Amino acid sequence: MSGGQNIVTSWSLIRAFTILIYLFMFLPVAVVVLLAFNANQFGSFPMEGLSLRWFVELWNNDAIVRAFKTSVLLGSLTAAVSTTLGVLTSLALVRYDFRGKGLITTLMIAPILVPEVVLAVALLLFLRWLEMPKSFPLLLLGHVIFTLPFVVLIVQARLVAVRRDYEEAALSLGANAFHTFREVTLPLIMPAVFAGVIFAFTISFDDVTGTLFWKPGGVETVPTQIFAMLRNSISPEINALGAVMVVVTVAVPLLGVSIARRMAAALR
Amino acid sequence: MSDREQVVELSGVVKRYGNFTAVEPMNLAVEAGAFVTLLGPSGCGKTTTLRMVAGLAAPSAGDILIKGARVNDVPIHKRNLGIVFQNYALFPHKTVFDNVAFGLKYRKAAKAQIAERVSRALDLVQLPQMADRFPNQLSGGQQQRIALARAIVVEPDVLLLDEPLSALDANLREGMRVELKKIQHQLGITTIFVTHDQSEALAMSDKIIVMNQGRIEQEGSPEDVYTRPRSEFVARFLGNSNLLDGQVTARDGNALRIAVEGLGEIQADSEGTEAPQNGARLRLVVRAEKIRLSSTPQDKTDATRLTGRIETVDYQGQSARYFVTVGTHSLQVINPIDRRPFGQGAEVSVEIRPRDVVLLKPE
Repeated sequence: MSGGQNIVTSWSLIRAFTILIYLFMFLPVAVVVLLAFNANQFGSFPMEGLSLRWFVELWNNDAIVRAFKTSVLLGSLTAAVSTTLGVLTSLALVRYDFRGKGLITTLMIAPILVPEVVLAVALLLFLRWLEMPKSFPLLLLGHVIFTLPFVVLIVQARLVAVRRDYEEAALSLGANAFHTFREVTLPLIMPAVFAGVIFAFTISFDDVTGTLFWKPGGVETVPTQIFAMLRNSISPEINALGAVMVVVTVAVPLLGVSIARRMAAALR
Repeated sequence: MSDREQVVELSGVVKRYGNFTAVEPMNLAVEAGAFVTLLGPSGCGKTTTLRMVAGLAAPSAGDILIKGARVNDVPIHKRNLGIVFQNYALFPHKTVFDNVAFGLKYRKAAKAQIAERVSRALDLVQLPQMADRFPNQLSGGQQQRIALARAIVVEPDVLLLDEPLSALDANLREGMRVELKKIQHQLGITTIFVTHDQSEALAMSDKIIVMNQGRIEQEGSPEDVYTRPRSEFVARFLGNSNLLDGQVTARDGNALRIAVEGLGEIQADSEGTEAPQNGARLRLVVRAEKIRLSSTPQDKTDATRLTGRIETVDYQGQSARYFVTVGTHSLQVINPIDRRPFGQGAEVSVEIRPRDVVLLKPE
């Protein structure tokens, strides 16, 4: 029975390989988070005592605090605009029939298929051509373009599952289209809308490539700030900032998903 | 009856989807307080018709009138309707109270009045304790009742029921059927009911409209449609029928003698239909439960008497369904069981009364 033996060994090989891949992916992140608490100026192992001094320095670093505020503002606005547009787009795509629907769907999703650099350069060239200067609204526009597909995909999937007769029942009872949306459709797709908000926020908060191309001079987001700091030196502050980023981009979606789950369960 | 107000009228209403015609030019009138059923197999256009009355589908041609006013261009939320959907469509994120109150909110009713009307509606459907529950905490039958309460609480001009019983268990369905009819009668609410279930249609309706392939096949009282089908489709769709082809051999007033090849001569009564000429070819419909089987022929009636042999027996408790070979034909017969059913292979006397033979033009 050497065949059975082979299967066992190959499975354990696959398991070991998988573990190695995960280590490769997450060990650096773990190291960054760990070193953020290192008391010493120079990050090396073994660590010489725990300290929160780098977080305090972060807090006292005006540039970083400003970048953090910019990121939060940008992320929130991106989430608000993307989700609003995404919900409206999904409604149109799911509930109405019109010519060119397939084409519009494809174009809508295209930004996540096109490499981000290409998209970034394209938008920049386009605005050059329109002779518009770089600005915060342009940066926001860029973020909306590549977060919108995620929102549309999520909301669309939920909307397809919301039976049309809920809306028809509301209409038959005398609610107009707007009331029907507010009272029936929106509450029923709320978990997806919420997930869309979270997605849009985290993607925007996390983005480097597009932001580097689109941001006007003097404006930094957290990722571009880290990028800039890395160019000078590897300061332990960056580890602390990295740790904060990890927490924000992991905890926010996790929290969001668990809330969305609870909402969806309540609707069932 | 006929001078009653027509609450819903359809004149020449057509629905086309591209090249497909879902509803052929259709005329229909529903009197105030009537319970009218659109009955037919799936795809016959009954639901499309209902959706056009509701304003959920726009007719391709023709006029729809509700209470005498043309409503083709009136959007659904201004038509004052009550609809009960097949899957209830109760709002899952609202309590029973809020579900039932939903329509009242858009009719500018005062808070106190809403509470009172909702509780009256819940009383009517016998679920007064459920106001604070959510739909997913209710059984199917309870959800059905709440859906009905939600539709009638707004005192609609017309109540539209789209297969409301089909999602229920069989035994629950019969109870709901009785109750639905009772509530409808009590409120005197004009109702259009869509179903593919003939027993629902027969039990509940004042008028049945049998539809097939976008056309009305026949309309009339349940009894009329059942006992006097005017087309082969209606005969086949409602109940179990035997269809036979024959030729008129003798005629005396309404009394006909019709020769059916391979079976023999059958006596029929043409009363109520256009009397066919001697020699005319006809199609005969005989309901399975109108044929009487007995072990010994009885002389006292004017019925056609044939002899047959029981081919199969399908025991159904209080009655049995037989396939009886008579000549070269196999007749379907449903008879109540007297002591015990006929056994397979038994010789029986087959009796068909003239008035139970329905005459159709051959197709």
